[in-house]
Amino acid sequence: MNADADAERIDRRWLWAGALLLVALLVLPFLVKNYRVFQLNLVIIYAIAVLGLNILTGYNGQISLGHGAFYALGAYAAAILMDQAGWPYWATLPAAALACFGLGFLMGFPALRLGGHYLALATFAFALAIPQLLKYKHIEAWTGGVQGIVLSKPEPPISFRFLGQPLSADRWLYVFSLAVAVVMFVLAWNLIRGRVGRALVAIRDHPIAATAMGINLPMFKSLAFGVSAAFTGVAGALGGIVVAFVAPDSFTVFLSITFLVGVVVGGLASIWGALFGAVFIQFVPNLADEISKSAPWAIYGAFLIAFMYLLPTGVVGGLRKLAARHRSRADTVADAAPHVDTSPTNRRRS
Amino acid sequence: MEALLHQIFSGLANGCIYGSVALALVMIYQSTHHINFAQGEMATFSTFIAWALIQSGWPYWGAFAATVAISFAAGVAIQRIILRPVEKAPVLTNVIVFIGLLVIFNSLAGWIFEHTIKSFPSPFPQDSALASVYFSAHDLGSAAVMLCVLGTLYAFFRFTKIGLGMRAAALNPESARLVGIRVSWMLALGWGLAAAIGAVAGMMVAPVVYLDPNMMSGILLYGFAAALLGGIDNPWGAVLGGFIVGVLENLLGAYVIGTELKLTVALVLIVGTLTLRPNGLFGKAVVARV
Amino acid sequence: MTLSAPCKTTLIGAALALAAGAAWAQKYDPGADDKEIKVGHLNPYSGPASAYGTIGKAIAAYFQKVNDEGGINGRKIDFISLDDGYNPAKTVEQARKLVEQDEVLLIFQPLGTPPNSAIHKYMNTKKVPQLFVATGATKWGDPQNFPWTMGWQPNYQSEAKIYAAHILETMPNAKIGVLYQNDDYGKDYLKGFEDGLSDKAASMIVSKVSYEVTDPTVDSQMVTLKSSGADVFFNVTTPKFAAQAIKKAAELGWKPTQYLNSVSNAVGSVLKPAGLDNAVGVISAAYIKDPTDPQFQTGPEYEAWLAWMKKYQPGGDLTSNFNVYGYTVAQTLVQVLKQCGNDLTRANVMKQAASLDMTLPMLLPGVNIKTAADDFFPIEREQLIKFNGKSWERFGKVYGR
Repeated sequence: MNADADAERIDRRWLWAGALLLVALLVLPFLVKNYRVFQLNLVIIYAIAVLGLNILTGYNGQISLGHGAFYALGAYAAAILMDQAGWPYWATLPAAALACFGLGFLMGFPALRLGGHYLALATFAFALAIPQLLKYKHIEAWTGGVQGIVLSKPEPPISFRFLGQPLSADRWLYVFSLAVAVVMFVLAWNLIRGRVGRALVAIRDHPIAATAMGINLPMFKSLAFGVSAAFTGVAGALGGIVVAFVAPDSFTVFLSITFLVGVVVGGLASIWGALFGAVFIQFVPNLADEISKSAPWAIYGAFLIAFMYLLPTGVVGGLRKLAARHRSRADTVADAAPHVDTSPTNRRRS
Repeated sequence: MEALLHQIFSGLANGCIYGSVALALVMIYQSTHHINFAQGEMATFSTFIAWALIQSGWPYWGAFAATVAISFAAGVAIQRIILRPVEKAPVLTNVIVFIGLLVIFNSLAGWIFEHTIKSFPSPFPQDSALASVYFSAHDLGSAAVMLCVLGTLYAFFRFTKIGLGMRAAALNPESARLVGIRVSWMLALGWGLAAAIGAVAGMMVAPVVYLDPNMMSGILLYGFAAALLGGIDNPWGAVLGGFIVGVLENLLGAYVIGTELKLTVALVLIVGTLTLRPNGLFGKAVVARV
Repeated sequence: MTLSAPCKTTLIGAALALAAGAAWAQKYDPGADDKEIKVGHLNPYSGPASAYGTIGKAIAAYFQKVNDEGGINGRKIDFISLDDGYNPAKTVEQARKLVEQDEVLLIFQPLGTPPNSAIHKYMNTKKVPQLFVATGATKWGDPQNFPWTMGWQPNYQSEAKIYAAHILETMPNAKIGVLYQNDDYGKDYLKGFEDGLSDKAASMIVSKVSYEVTDPTVDSQMVTLKSSGADVFFNVTTPKFAAQAIKKAAELGWKPTQYLNSVSNAVGSVLKPAGLDNAVGVISAAYIKDPTDPQFQTGPEYEAWLAWMKKYQPGGDLTSNFNVYGYTVAQTLVQVLKQCGNDLTRANVMKQAASLDMTLPMLLPGVNIKTAADDFFPIEREQLIKFNGKSWERFGKVYGR
């Protein structure tokens, strides 16, 4: 009885915190200049992408070094639909999600056979192949080839002033992205909390036991891939709309690596972690650039390594540890660090 | 026919390059069970050090030996200082540290040595009798060097006590400690050796592709593919994997799909092969207790 | 209350004087004031195109020199250069930072076609000059639709057309093989080349092969080109791959007539690594002086450049033509800003940029910089050059307007 009341109280507290955060995020764009709003918008978009990758890598233990490719596909899907077929920008998001889900689900099949490093290589190969494919001359008519596709920035549907600032295109897109992000986060939370989430985590930690318990391994693994790809695809579509330009050069392998950095920095197997990870990958390179003009990426690398020393399980991992220390021993639940499978052929090494 | 032979031989020459990088990756994997993403950039940096030594008047083989020694020491230092704090951390944390190292080395190389391409001398005489129109003396020489390194590596792991100790430390650190193996130092040794192999690879590669900070970025992905194709725990497999990737890439680009999709198709083939043989062509299946 | 006549006169006189004074007063747009001019800049200092970072450093060093010598009309240049890593999405972010946060007067020399394409619309909507973009694509000289964007170097398509014209003149029955980088730069050259050959393109070009920047070598492509039986080789590669291609051609025993694109024709950083003997007979086009060419290493222009390199870029590469490029394009901007005088509005910057007529010390003799309201191509002239084993010899006429 007591536990139930506690749980309800905690739930309510989280709800209040979430609502407050939402209000703060909604007011924020009106306090800063348009350029900052653009940057914050990118943070939201990266958060969705990192969340997608976290579903696959954090909760399901399949390492992907290729999510930049899904991001690219989402962006191109949105760009082609807007540019060639005249679709309104908001309609391209479900299309991008569907396309990426399908592709991700298909990718799940070879992924079933590959584990750990081999899957990392396969997804890495995918990330490398996509920009080359996008430049291919036979589909240039659609993709714009190396020149890319230039889009127009959508205008806000209503205009008003708040706190002295107008609802500019940047602010409108920010609010739109925020709305999409809230939906995606709630979807992810629901998924992870439910039967599917538990199946994914079971597959991650004890694949053989999971199969023995009747979980359909191939189905769930492919599902994880598909859902993860869909999330990142939506983020990509938003990215294309906000930047108003897509070209193969925006989607190099480094983007995939950046998403992985976001996942680990934010915290594996955590939904909130995606936000922290996104803030890191958006702002720390800029910070490094300010510190050193001659070798900014060396500074970024140093930041990465320092971060990993201080918070090896990411921001959320660190917060969880802090929280655990404040609870009494009896209440400390098995806060086992997520075990990511890196051994060949999916068999866990002891 | 002549063109085909040229393609094959140039593919083998490229394969040599990929194979040598793959060897370094296998070395690190066999001693730490991690894949070091920073391997390429470390090799490039070592090659720059060699270049700087040669520029200031050192003879080639002197610079070569000094670079290998410096790289070994640096590899050990990196493991002891930078990687030890995260030894117990999850795998992905280590991966991020490797990425940090990659970025640091690349950036430092660009800052210190600038981006203009530099020639790196080849120790093998241009007009040797063994050269032919299909392959140069350097191609033969670097293949010989790589096979030497491969043989040494294989012998080291198979026949020496230290090699056995290293494999044990990677496979089962706890049990290894119980039998008296100093696991931490085994890891450091592994890194040192991998860095040294990487330096050799870099110095063999640079005369062909020219030295600049981004020299290894393209090669690393192929080296990665070669290592995994051959089986990440198998040095022979890595080298063979390198040759296969090199020749495949050339033949595909020249005869099958054209150069515009060569990368895509080569990678699809590699992934396809891995799907059929998930441990790589020559790797061993790891059986673990449930 | 009516004013007395003398009063009225004084008042009218004062008003007139004020009006005249206003006409002479300084006019500023964001980024300019009495003390300084903020110049924004975007360059790939990291990533696959980081080799071009040398240009950014050279420009910064030149502006340092200008500042040390008193600045422009008494104002110092505040040069804000940001890294976009050749990633168009990052270029958008950095451009917006420069315009909206740092409030620069103009953005100078953004590099690369995709990065510039990404900010093309934005710069013109915001009415901020996107001046002297560092790419040879043709679309930057369109004052009708994009009055705030202007290129600088001769565009790639016109350079390729020069080569095509030369081939049609001297070797009308040639069989041509093309090696090109699979990106906007390579494809732009290829397009110009094919347009220049017009209907003979299909029959003359017997082999077209591409490579990616991530490829370790172009050896396989060179083998393919040789086996196609081509006797003319159009080499559209960046410096590293150009050196590899020239070396491999020699190793294969293939001796076609080679046309090398101007991006990669530096003696010190491309031909020397490739082997000077292997490069004899290579034809290229140039508009700036090669600093390693002995014929240009004398005279006050070179002395000045050398002195600048030694003082402001002491560790800098004396063999890199990027350092000459950066020097020259920086001088162009300095001239524009000088011409602006005290009217440092963005509109005036574009107006002055469109009223240039000058030569600069490190441009080839015969090459000038000329712009007009309908001519947004500052440098259009190039000359064909042939390598004789030691240096580039100019031959034939100077092409271009």
